[in-house]
Amino acid sequence: MPEPLLEVEDLSVSYLTDSADIRAVDKVNLSVHAGEFLGIVGESGCGKSTLLFAIAQLLSPPAEITSGRVVFRGQDLVQLSDSELRHVRWRDYSVVMQSAMNALNPMKSIGAQFKDTMRAHEQASADAIRSRPAEVLRLVGIDEAHLDSSPHQLSGGMRQRAMIAMALLFTPQLVIMDEPTSALDVVAQRSLMTQIKELQQQFGFAVMFVTHDMSVIAHYSDRVMVMYAGQVAEIGETSSIFERPLHPYSKGLLDAFPSVRGPRRPLTGIPGSPPDLGRPPSGCRFHPRCSEVMAQCVTTEPDLYLVEATQVRCLLYAAHREAASA
Amino acid sequence: MSRSATTVGEDGAALLRTVGLTRHFRLGGLLSRRMLHAVDDLDLVINEREIVALVGESGSGKTTVARLLAMIYPPTRGEIYYHERSVHSLRSRKDVLWYRGEVPMVFQDPYSAMNPVFRVAHGVMRNLKLHRPELDRAQRREEAERVFDIVGLNPAGDMLRKFPYEMSGGQRQRVGFAQALAVRPKLILADEPVSMLDVSIRAGILNMMASLRADEGASILYITHDIASARYVADRIIVMYAGHAVEQGPTEVVLSRPKHPYTQLLLSAVPDPREKAVPVSADSGEPPRVISPGEGCRFRQRCPYAIDKCATITPALRPMGPAHDAACHVAVADPVDGDGQSVDGIAVAARDSHVE
Amino acid sequence: MSTAAITSEAAPLEPVIATRQQGSLGRFMQAILRNRKATAGSLILLLIVFVAAFPGVIARDDPQAAIYGQDLGPSWQHLLGTTQLGQDVFSQVIWGTRLTLIVTVVVSAIATVISMVIGVTAAYVGGLTDRSLSLLTDIFLIIPTLPLLIVLASYLPPGTVTMIVVLTLTSWAFQARQLRSQGLSLRARDFLAAARVRGERTSYIILVEIIPTMTSLIVASFLGLSVFVVGFAAGLQFLGLGNSTELTWGTMLYYAQQGGALEAGNAWWALAPGAAVAFLGAGFALVNYAFDEIGNPALRPVRKRRARTTA
Repeated sequence: MPEPLLEVEDLSVSYLTDSADIRAVDKVNLSVHAGEFLGIVGESGCGKSTLLFAIAQLLSPPAEITSGRVVFRGQDLVQLSDSELRHVRWRDYSVVMQSAMNALNPMKSIGAQFKDTMRAHEQASADAIRSRPAEVLRLVGIDEAHLDSSPHQLSGGMRQRAMIAMALLFTPQLVIMDEPTSALDVVAQRSLMTQIKELQQQFGFAVMFVTHDMSVIAHYSDRVMVMYAGQVAEIGETSSIFERPLHPYSKGLLDAFPSVRGPRRPLTGIPGSPPDLGRPPSGCRFHPRCSEVMAQCVTTEPDLYLVEATQVRCLLYAAHREAASA
Repeated sequence: MSRSATTVGEDGAALLRTVGLTRHFRLGGLLSRRMLHAVDDLDLVINEREIVALVGESGSGKTTVARLLAMIYPPTRGEIYYHERSVHSLRSRKDVLWYRGEVPMVFQDPYSAMNPVFRVAHGVMRNLKLHRPELDRAQRREEAERVFDIVGLNPAGDMLRKFPYEMSGGQRQRVGFAQALAVRPKLILADEPVSMLDVSIRAGILNMMASLRADEGASILYITHDIASARYVADRIIVMYAGHAVEQGPTEVVLSRPKHPYTQLLLSAVPDPREKAVPVSADSGEPPRVISPGEGCRFRQRCPYAIDKCATITPALRPMGPAHDAACHVAVADPVDGDGQSVDGIAVAARDSHVE
Repeated sequence: MSTAAITSEAAPLEPVIATRQQGSLGRFMQAILRNRKATAGSLILLLIVFVAAFPGVIARDDPQAAIYGQDLGPSWQHLLGTTQLGQDVFSQVIWGTRLTLIVTVVVSAIATVISMVIGVTAAYVGGLTDRSLSLLTDIFLIIPTLPLLIVLASYLPPGTVTMIVVLTLTSWAFQARQLRSQGLSLRARDFLAAARVRGERTSYIILVEIIPTMTSLIVASFLGLSVFVVGFAAGLQFLGLGNSTELTWGTMLYYAQQGGALEAGNAWWALAPGAAVAFLGAGFALVNYAFDEIGNPALRPVRKRRARTTA
């Protein structure tokens, strides 16, 4: 098995405020191999966006990485200075934000912003700066003429594609995406996902895709990681997670989706609410909401256990051996 | 006749119906000629004790319909009849209050729908004061606790005293429904009530909506872009596209035998993790902004089956089956013997829909 | 279609700091004490209010009594020296506080009320009303303040009332714009639409639903305005456009100028009232900053700390 492209080891992120330290990400381990599509799924407050930002080194105070490493192509990104990061950012990995309107400058044309981005990361020849923006727009199916458009002149779907185009300016090896489809309609969403997959197959980059909606990535990801209360609840091959979810939370999440096709059945959802990360429950963080809770779940914090190829943080599987980290 | 008689309730009278409901917005300055056609010629019927889903994506006009029914602004043309009284002809405060006391609205954004300065009891108490003046103070208090209990906010006494910032999104949305219940509504206009909630919480709210229909006898107009949740709660579905109703009928019928190409597209695009493969389509999902359109079907640019007629004549809703209408020139109605034949060119994933 | 703000059942991650709207007096006090700017500003203001209320406690001398030596420098009998006429400067500063403060507060209060009514009405009612009120606001905004002040003050009979009128007229417009913007952003909030759909009248909505949510902005407007009014009032009086028989810091400046304080080498007489004006302005400004910070956590200074190790 070749070395993973990205390896996150024991990463913890806290929000340091006057009144409390809130640990939004708690000792998360994950790895992404070249060309792989990893989906990170969780609901609000689970820490997935914080995790994403931490990996991309985009955290701002009061959020801080308090421990762990983010090893990307052999380098620990956490230890790099800003100027060293600049060489890696956008060339080797790039980020697609949740809302294009938040990330794009409404006053400038798309083409100008692409050029700015290229210039900011140096080592781009004048020729490249001239031709590359049009190339990437074509890749995502947008007419070159839109290089002169400003963001609000494009529809929501086109804006998101433009964001993806921007992320591909230097053909990075890893593209990190934070819920890029959540503001899109179902048809536009499908179209965008298909596009992402095609590009991935064409250029071979890896994708880390954060979403609250499991169904979006169901047909596109290779592996899925389910997060709960700042921890990894379950991580494994997509088919395993969807066909045989092990963690009661994953099961509950899958069952919470009403289906359009197939028989109608009662929906239960998951009772209760995600915990306050400033005061997480004792033992297993999911135990207050778990339908399969056992006595020891209240007192013992479960480790990640390895069940065939899936890692799951649940005492139901304590008999299996602990997964080696990463 | 383009409307099936069976869309009206058994006693013959609909609770609410619209006739040719239209709303345009002027773009640009006072003298501009450009009109945004948010809703055009909508004929919709809601009966008692019925949940009707109004399904559409952005720009479809569904939110405008909600606001028209809530009397937030008047229609450009057309009528809304509630118990056969024309809603926009209601002038006196007494009449307007009567309507508002029967047709309350629940809003989409739980964080924006409550005034942060007041405790969550505020909206309920105001509703009681305005619409149930026969109650005295103690009775109002009791009633407030009763509706909080119904929506599952327990213990009601404690919950009523909380401020919005102390509650989660799901809890706030329940408060929204409690406010609506306080007036003893006949029809609740629910504008995307679960879109901004986590998936695992939506089920609770959807189940609550179904029980409101059963236990409190309220009808609900459930406005949403999520056709899967519409399937779960609604008795009937109306699909909107670019300001027009393009298909309507009983939920299971529309979902199992969609006649309009847009409905088919929508259904095929809904991701379902239990499915094996994703049907692909060249459609990139760009809904139109309908500015001063002419005649003709508004879906024609995206439609794989468009014929010449589609560009010149706006299709009207016509029967496809019992209580099932679609507005499409090429859609084929079910033959009377019940063997369904539908326009089906997109590779829609196999439909195992049998009602449980 | 909804944007992506998906909410969860959990209470928001933000630690619950008492906001001005929800906190009781106790929590408000706590918030002030925890913010250094607020504490400093509050102390300044409290001090000044005390001096304004009980000037006799601090300065025994009659400020107008011209009985001492002229142009004396600071000494134990005369902390800030004396004026050209032999009045005790320190006494004058202390006794002048009351009227200065009254004028400032009255002007700020009236101007804030006017701007609130105009701003919120324009925002909520919209349409032609909005356009006309905005035009009115813009006109008052464009006219340069000091020249307008001078022109008005010179045409009207001199006196405190004139000053108040003149200052109010020239200072309401800025806040009106701000309050209108806030009102506009509130308009998009669903709770106003919800109030309408409930059947509330417009007047109720403006008074009960909109204005209470803006209390923090209104108080901040008041404080921010006060900073400027203090200076403008003193400026007008310095130019002799106030009522020079009344004792305020501004009139002190006027007399210092007339009395040739600087030429006579009596710097204290000229500077003391100015410093007092600056001091009061600073008090308002500090509390104003603190208000913003308390209400908007994003503005709080970020202190880098080591994470506390949790058990």
